[in-house]
Amino acid sequence: MTRLRADDLTLAYDQTTVARELSVDIPDGSFTVIIGPNACGKSTLLKALARMLKPKAGAVHLDGKAITSQRSKDVAKRLGLLPQSSTAPGGITVGDLVARGRYPHQSVLRQWSAEDEAVVTESMRLTGVANLAQRVVDELSGGQRQRVWLAMVLAQQTPILLLDEPTTFLDIAHQIEVLDLCADLHDDGEHTLVAVLHDLNQACRYATNLVVMRPGGVVAAQGDPSQIVTADLVEDVFGLSCRVIDDPETGTPMIVPAARTARSASAATPASTGQEQGPGSTGGDAQPASQHHGPVAVHEDAAL
Amino acid sequence: MTPTNRADTQATDTQAADTQATDTQAADIQGTETRTADPQAADTQVTGPQPAGARPVTGRVVRAGGLSLRIAPRTLVVGTVVAALLAAVMVVTLTAGGYSLTLGQLLASLAGRGDETGDFVVYTLMLPRLLVAVLVGAMLAVSGAILQTVTRNALGSPDVIGFTSAAATGALVVITVLGGTMLQVSFGALIGGLVAALLIYVLAYHRGVSGLRFVLMGIGINALAVAANSFLITRASLHDALTAQAWLVGSVNSRGWEHVVAAAASLAALLPVALSRTRSLSMMELGDDTARALGARAGRDRSLLIGVSVLLAALAVAAAGPITFVALAAPQLTRRLTRSSAPGLVTTALVGALLLATGDLLVQQLFPAAQLPVGTATGCVGGLYLIWLLASEWRGKGRYA
Repeated sequence: MTRLRADDLTLAYDQTTVARELSVDIPDGSFTVIIGPNACGKSTLLKALARMLKPKAGAVHLDGKAITSQRSKDVAKRLGLLPQSSTAPGGITVGDLVARGRYPHQSVLRQWSAEDEAVVTESMRLTGVANLAQRVVDELSGGQRQRVWLAMVLAQQTPILLLDEPTTFLDIAHQIEVLDLCADLHDDGEHTLVAVLHDLNQACRYATNLVVMRPGGVVAAQGDPSQIVTADLVEDVFGLSCRVIDDPETGTPMIVPAARTARSASAATPASTGQEQGPGSTGGDAQPASQHHGPVAVHEDAAL
Repeated sequence: MTPTNRADTQATDTQAADTQATDTQAADIQGTETRTADPQAADTQVTGPQPAGARPVTGRVVRAGGLSLRIAPRTLVVGTVVAALLAAVMVVTLTAGGYSLTLGQLLASLAGRGDETGDFVVYTLMLPRLLVAVLVGAMLAVSGAILQTVTRNALGSPDVIGFTSAAATGALVVITVLGGTMLQVSFGALIGGLVAALLIYVLAYHRGVSGLRFVLMGIGINALAVAANSFLITRASLHDALTAQAWLVGSVNSRGWEHVVAAAASLAALLPVALSRTRSLSMMELGDDTARALGARAGRDRSLLIGVSVLLAALAVAAAGPITFVALAAPQLTRRLTRSSAPGLVTTALVGALLLATGDLLVQQLFPAAQLPVGTATGCVGGLYLIWLLASEWRGKGRYA
C-alpha cells in the first residue's frame, strides 16, 4: 500500500505533452530519487505529484483519493513541497520565514500556538539554522538560504516531502550537507522523501528507490539503485557511454563516463555526424563538432 | 524519534528544561556553524550573538485558551502615531482654513452645539472635502498595497499599470462624449478601471499570472489609456475640455457629502473583504508554488484580491479623479516604517489617508488661489520622504533593497 501514487498520467503544458500514461508508485518510507536527462519531464512529474499541475488525464492519488479533489489545507498537512525557486519577501527574518511553514496548521484565531513554536524551533535545529533566527534571509549565503527553505518545509510537518532539485546552485559541500539532512529525515522512519536530482552518483548513494526517466516522460527503470543502474541503462537513457563501478566509499553504483576519445570513436558509428569524422585521422579538428552534436543527436533518437 | 514527537514532548516539558535544551542545542549548532558558514556569518555571530531559547519569530504572541495571536508592537506604534498625526492634520485643516474657526468653535460644531457660521463652514465647506481626502487616500493606499503584494513588484501599483488612467478614460468618455451627470461620470470611471484590469489579466495570462508580465502589460495599457485621454480632450468642446481637465488633474476641491458617502460605503464594503484574505496575501509573497504547497488557495484568492484592488482604485478615481503616487508610495512607506514584510492593510490605509490629507492641507495653505491639484502635493511630500528613505536605506544595510 502506498500513500502517494500516480496512475496513467498525461501531463501537458498548454499544447506540449510532456508525458503519457505515466504511472509511478512512491513506496512509503522510501527515499525516492527521480533522475533523467534534461526536459524528460521529471520536474513535471514532481509538480503533478504535488498538485501544482493538473494532469490532462489520469490522477495522482494521496491516501487513496484523487489529490485534486481534496482540500488544499488538508493536503498541505500531509504533503510538503520545496519548489525549485522560491522568493523570500524582502526584509523577512529567518524565523518568520520558517514560521510560514505552519500555515496549514493555523487559522485567524490560532496564529501561533505553543506547538507551532516548538515545531519551528525543532525544524530550525534540525537544519542547523537555529542561530540564524533573527537574521534577514536576503543576507544569507546560498547554502544557508536553502537550509532555511528546508526548515520551512519541515515545519509543515508532513509525512511526505517532495524536493525539486534541492541541491541546485549549491557547492559540493553544501549539496552533500542538504542530502545528508534528507537522509537523516528518511532514517527517522517517519518521512517519505521524493527528490529530483541531477547528479547520478549522488542519486545512487542516497536513494532507496530510484526512478529513471527517459525523454518523453517514460519510466525506464525503477527500484534499488544497486540492482537497476547499469552501463546499458545509462547509455540507453542519457546517451552516454560509461562504466559503472562500485563507489569506493559506499559500495553503491558509481557512473564513470567513458573517456572522450573512446566516446567519439563509438559515437562515429550510429550518429549521423559520422561522415565528417572519417577514418579518425583528423581527430583534433572533428572532435569538437561531435562533442556538440553527438550526445544531443543520440538524445533525440532516444526521444523518438 | 521524529521531529513531531520531539516537538510535542518539548512543548509539554517544563519551561526550564525547555530553555536548557535549546541552550545546548544552540551551542552545538554554533560550534558546527562556524566551521561551515561563510566568514561574514561567523563575524556577525561574534558581534551579535542570538539570545538562545528566544522566540524564533518576531513580534509578541498573545495566547488565551486555544486562541493565539501574533502582534507586531512596532506596527501598533506606527499605526497609533500615524492615526494621531492624521487627527492633528484634520484639526489643523479645519481650523486653519480661510474661515479661521477657533478650536472651540470647531469642537462645538462637531459635538452638534455650534453656531450657524461654524456649522456652515465645518459641515458644508470643509468637512466633506477633508473626509473625501482621507477616504480616497485610504482606498488608493489599500489598492496599491494589495496589487504590489500580489504582483510582488513595487511598480504593480494601480497608478502605474493603468487602472487609474483607464478609469479616467471611462470618466472622460462620459464627460466629453455622453455629457453625463456626476453619478454617471463615476460609473464611467468604474467601467474604465474594470475593463483595463480585465484586459491586463487576460493578455498577461499564460500558465497563470506572473507578476512581472502583469506589470509590463499594465504599463502598456496605461500608455494606451493616457493617449486616449489626450485624444478625448483635444476633440472635445472647450467647455467639456475644461471640465475634463479640471477633473483629470485629480482634486478634492468642492466635494460634497454624496462623495463622502460613496467613498465611505465602498471602503466599508471592500476593506473587510481584503482583510479576510490577509493571511493568504502574505503567503503569496512566497511565490505561487510555495503558497499553494502550503495550502493557500493562491489562484482564487488572487483573482478576488485583484478585483478588490481594481474596485478600490476605480471608486477612488470616481470620487476624486486620478490622484497619482499615493497608491505607489503609501505601501512602500508603510513597509519601511513598520519594518515588516507582511502587508499591514490598516496601517497602509492610515498612511495613505495621512499623505492625501497632508497634501490637501499644503495645497490649501500654500497656494490658496491656485487651486493646485492635491496630486502634486502628495507627489512632493511622499516622493521626498520615499527618496530620503530609499537613499538612507541603500547607504545603510540595504535591508529592503
